[in-house]
Amino acid sequence: MINILTAVLITTGILVLAFGVIGILRLPDFYTRMHAAGKTDSLGAVLVAVGFALYNAQSLAFADLLVSVKILFIAVFIFVASPTATHAIMQTAIALGVEPWRKKEEGK
Amino acid sequence: MHSFLTIGAVAIVLLIFPTLYRMIAGPSVFDRIIGGNMIGTKATVLLLFIGVLFNNVSMFVDISLAYALLNFIGTLAAAKYFQHRPSETTPDGGATDEEARP
Repeated sequence: MINILTAVLITTGILVLAFGVIGILRLPDFYTRMHAAGKTDSLGAVLVAVGFALYNAQSLAFADLLVSVKILFIAVFIFVASPTATHAIMQTAIALGVEPWRKKEEGK
Repeated sequence: MHSFLTIGAVAIVLLIFPTLYRMIAGPSVFDRIIGGNMIGTKATVLLLFIGVLFNNVSMFVDISLAYALLNFIGTLAAAKYFQHRPSETTPDGGATDEEARP
């Protein structure tokens, strides 16, 4: 039962990470790539980490539960730190005056 | 379950390569920073996979945690560095893909 739940969580996490990689390859400029990278990275990593925490807590031994708590702490940290890092890079780019991408006008 | 985890780890490794392409070829320096950040997050996840596959989670979870912290600090440091030295970024810092092509 827990194995199935773990498999679903990890598969979803890897799929979300894959969507992020597709986005970072396909989108036209830096801001849109950041849009793909920032969100999918945090959600995918958190899903995989929660899956591993469940898988590791199966035996209900005290040491395993402690390790699971550590894995959950990794998940919480990534959930806080990854958007913060994305925000910092975005702020730097705006401060340096990087122009956002726009559709080309008809005449050009 | 072990074969499933092996496939998942291989999938993560395969996902690193397109990100590495964006890190090497990305037209602006910010693309390279965000590529490095994404590779770091994937490496954090990959270390958890390795820990479960080798039956040694209690050791690898610490390495994974340290890697997540260092990845965060490194990204923040790079962002601050380029904010204070705008001349170090490439001249076409905000170039789109179309404009960057020769």
